[in-house]
Amino acid sequence: MNPAPEIATATAAADGMLPEVWRVDRVRRETHDTFTLELGPERPGSERAFEPGQFNMLYVFGVGEVPISISGDPRRRDRVVHTTRAVGRVTNVMSGLKTGGRIGLRGPYGTPWPVAAAQGRDVVLVAGGIGLAPLRPALYAILHRRNDFRNVVLLYGTRSPGDILFRQELERWRARFDLDVHVTVDRGAPSWKGNVGVVTTLVQKAPFDPRNAVAFICGPEVMIRFTAAELQRRGVPLDDVHISMERNMKCGIGLCGHCQLAGVFVCRDGPVFPYSRVADLVTQWEV
Amino acid sequence: MARPEIFFPAVSWIRLGGLMPGPGAIAPRPAALAAALLAQADLERLIQLLARDHRVIAPVVRDGAVVCDEIRTAGEIAFGAVTEQAPARYRMTMPGDHAARWPTGPPATPWKRVLHPSELTIWRAVRRDGRLVFEPIDSGPPRRLALVGVRPCDLAAIGRLDAPLRDGPWPDAAYAARRRGMFVLAVQCTEPCGTCFCASMGTGPDAGPGADLVLTELDGAGPARSLLEARTTAGAAMVVALGAAEAPEDAADEAHLAVDRARARMGRALDTSQLPARLLAHFEHPRWETVAKKCLTCGNCTFACPTCFCTTVEDRLDLAGETAARLRRWDTCFSVDFSYMHGGSVRLSPRSRYRQWLTHKLATWHEQFGTSGCVGCGRCITWCPVGIDITLEAAAVADTAPRTGPTRRTGAHP
Amino acid sequence: MKTLEQLLAEHPFFSGLAPDHLKLFAGCAVTLRVDSGEFLFREGELARSFFVVRHGSIAITSVTPQEGLVTIQTLDEGDILGWSWLLPPYRWHFGARALEPAALISLDATCVRTKCEHDHEFGYEIMRRFAQVMASRLEATHLQLMNVYESRT
Repeated sequence: MNPAPEIATATAAADGMLPEVWRVDRVRRETHDTFTLELGPERPGSERAFEPGQFNMLYVFGVGEVPISISGDPRRRDRVVHTTRAVGRVTNVMSGLKTGGRIGLRGPYGTPWPVAAAQGRDVVLVAGGIGLAPLRPALYAILHRRNDFRNVVLLYGTRSPGDILFRQELERWRARFDLDVHVTVDRGAPSWKGNVGVVTTLVQKAPFDPRNAVAFICGPEVMIRFTAAELQRRGVPLDDVHISMERNMKCGIGLCGHCQLAGVFVCRDGPVFPYSRVADLVTQWEV
Repeated sequence: MARPEIFFPAVSWIRLGGLMPGPGAIAPRPAALAAALLAQADLERLIQLLARDHRVIAPVVRDGAVVCDEIRTAGEIAFGAVTEQAPARYRMTMPGDHAARWPTGPPATPWKRVLHPSELTIWRAVRRDGRLVFEPIDSGPPRRLALVGVRPCDLAAIGRLDAPLRDGPWPDAAYAARRRGMFVLAVQCTEPCGTCFCASMGTGPDAGPGADLVLTELDGAGPARSLLEARTTAGAAMVVALGAAEAPEDAADEAHLAVDRARARMGRALDTSQLPARLLAHFEHPRWETVAKKCLTCGNCTFACPTCFCTTVEDRLDLAGETAARLRRWDTCFSVDFSYMHGGSVRLSPRSRYRQWLTHKLATWHEQFGTSGCVGCGRCITWCPVGIDITLEAAAVADTAPRTGPTRRTGAHP
Repeated sequence: MKTLEQLLAEHPFFSGLAPDHLKLFAGCAVTLRVDSGEFLFREGELARSFFVVRHGSIAITSVTPQEGLVTIQTLDEGDILGWSWLLPPYRWHFGARALEPAALISLDATCVRTKCEHDHEFGYEIMRRFAQVMASRLEATHLQLMNVYESRT
C-alpha cells in the first residue's frame, strides 16, 4: 500500500492523546532517587479535579511521556503534584526541570482508591517504597474528613531509612492522636531508632478491626501479595483489600494495549483494583 | 432501464431503516433493503459513484500479492487473482478461468492499515521562547473512506477494532475520524483458502453486520454476474443510483447456496465451544513451550492480524530542538519491550509472549469486549515465517482434559 | 500485682494454652527490665533463656566490620524473642539490645527443655508455637532478601 499522505484538517477531533501545557512551579528532591513536581496550569480554566489513586501522563518536550501517579492534595485543583523515581530517560530529564519550565499533561486517568466506601470503617493504608506517593492523596482526603472514619492506620516500609518519602510529613502525621503511623525499614542504619523488618510484619499488630476495615495497598507486586495475605490472615475479606497495579503504559486510556492483563487494561480498568479481582493474576508467572 | 429495487419498494427504505444491523448486533441472515443483479460494467459505475465523495480502497495486485490500496477505476481491482494460502505459504496466480472474479481469500494486508495506519504522526509540540504549544496534525482522511471488496472475516474484524478504538470511553481520534461515514461493500466468500476458518469463528463466509452493500458472486455460464444487496439506507441509495438489473427471484437463494457450499470447504477449523475457559485452564500447558521453540517472536502474525491494534509511541525532536513530533506506530506483544517496566519485562520468555497473544485473541478478548479477537481470516498462519497454525496450537492446549487440582491459585504462598 | 501466670496468659504467644501447661511455663519464668541500650544477650553467648516482650522495643543485632552494629529486626510488645535455646549448640546467633526501656519475662531454657522432655504434649505445644514464629520470621526474611520495595517506579 502506498504511504498515503495523512493531511491535517482544521477541525480536530477531541483527541485523548493530545496533552495540555502545564507550568513547572517547583521541583523538589525527596530522596536520593525520588523527586516531586508541582505543576500549575498554563491556561486559566485548565484546572482539574482528580481523585486519590489516579495518575497523569506527563510529557517532557522531545523526550517522551510516562504515567505518574498524583501525590498531592485532591482539594487543590490549581496545583497538581507528582512524586516519582528518576529511573528512566523521561523521569531523569524530568527531575532536572527548572521552575518556570513547561510540561505536557494528560489526565487524570484510572480508577481511584474507594475512599468513600471506607466511611464509617477502619482504614488501613499499607505503602512500600515509592508506593506512599499514590496513597498520600487518599490520606489527605481521609484526614480532611477525619470524623467520617474510624481508626486510620498507615503502615509504611522502605529498604533503608534514606528511602523514606515525605519524612517531615510522616513526623507530623505521627504526632497526631487520630492517626497511627508505623514506619519500618528492611535495614536500619546505626542512627535508625525505628522498626526494622518488612512492612508485612506490621499488619498483625496494627490497631484496626479486621471485620470492619478497608485496606489500600500500594507498592511492588510482591509486597502487595504478602501484605494482602497478612490482611487475610488477620481476617480482612479480600474484597475489602484494594491495590494499585503497575504495568507498561503508552497511552493511559486503553488504546495502546501495553497494559493489558488478562481481561483488563490496567490504565483504564485500574490501576486500583479490588484485590479479589486480580489475585489470581499476580500470583502467576509472566501473565 | 431495470428497476433498481426488487425485494422492497423504494418507499419502504426509510421505514426499514430500523432493521439495519447496528454495531454488535447479531443478524444470522440480515435482510436486504434492496437488491440488484450486477454485471461487470455496473461495478465500474459503482466505483465511480463512490469515488465522487469517497477515497475508494479495494484489493489490488502489488508485487505478486493482493493488497488493499486506493483505486480510481474498477479495472485496478485484483479481479482474477487466486491466492493459494497455507502455513508460511502464499502464492498468487491469475488463472484464466477466474478472470472476472474477485480475488480469493482475504488480501495479504489487513484493512486496518487504512483505518489504523501502521505509522502516524499524531501531534507536534513546538517550543519557542519558553512556551510550549501542542498541535494536533491528524484528523483523519480529507475524504470519507469507501472500502470495496471486504471479505466477511475482514468485515467482522472492523467491528472488533471498533470496540477498543472507537466505542470505548476515549476513542482513538485517528481511527474514529477514518471510520466516520465510512462506506463498506463486502464480498461474501464462495471460495475459501487453505488457511481460512471463518466458519468456525462465526464471521463468514456470509457477511455479518457492518456492510452497506453485500455482493455475492453467482455461478453459471455466461458473463460474470453478482447479487448486490443493500443492508443500509446508504447502500440502498447506491443501488438506486446504480440502476442495475433486477435480481431474479431465485438469486438470493442461489447466493445463499454458494456461500453455504463455501462453509463446508474451509481450509481449517477450530472448536470454539467454551474455548476461553478451556484455554485459560491450561495456562501452564507444556504446549506453550513447544510452540515457543518454533516461534521467532517476529510479530508478523500481529501485523498481519486484522484485529491486533496495539501501538507504541516515539517522540522525535528536530535538529533545532524547537519542534518535537509524536509518532505512533504498530507495536507487537511479541517484543520483550512491550511489557517493560522499571526493573524488567513482565513477559520475558517467548513462551509467555506467544501465550499472551493467543490467549488475548481467543480468550481474554471475550472478557474485555464480549467477542473473540480472532475472525478466522488465517493471515497469521499464512504469514508466519515458520508456519505456526493458531488453530492447531489452540486445539492442542484447549483439547487437553482438565488437570486435577487448581490451575489458578489465590493469595500468596511462601 | 499480677502473677507470672496471669502475665503469661495475657501474651499472644501463650494464648489458648492449657492452664497446667501455663503453670509449667510460669515455673520457669522471671520478670525482667532492661534499660535503653542494654544488651539482653550477645552473639555467640550461651542461650540460657528466651524472652517474652511485654513493653518496649528490642533490636536483633549483628556486627559487621563496615557498619558496626546492624539492626536486623525489631521486636516489641506481643513478640517472642529467641529460639537458639531450643536447638544445640544453644548459642545465640544474633545479639539483642533494648532500643528503649523494656519489660520482659525471661524463661529459663534448661527448665523449659527439661519439662518438654518430661511432658511431650507440653513439648509439642511449645514446638508448634515456635514453628509458627519461625515460619513468619522466615517469610519476612525472604521478603527482605527479595528487596521488595525497589521494583516500583
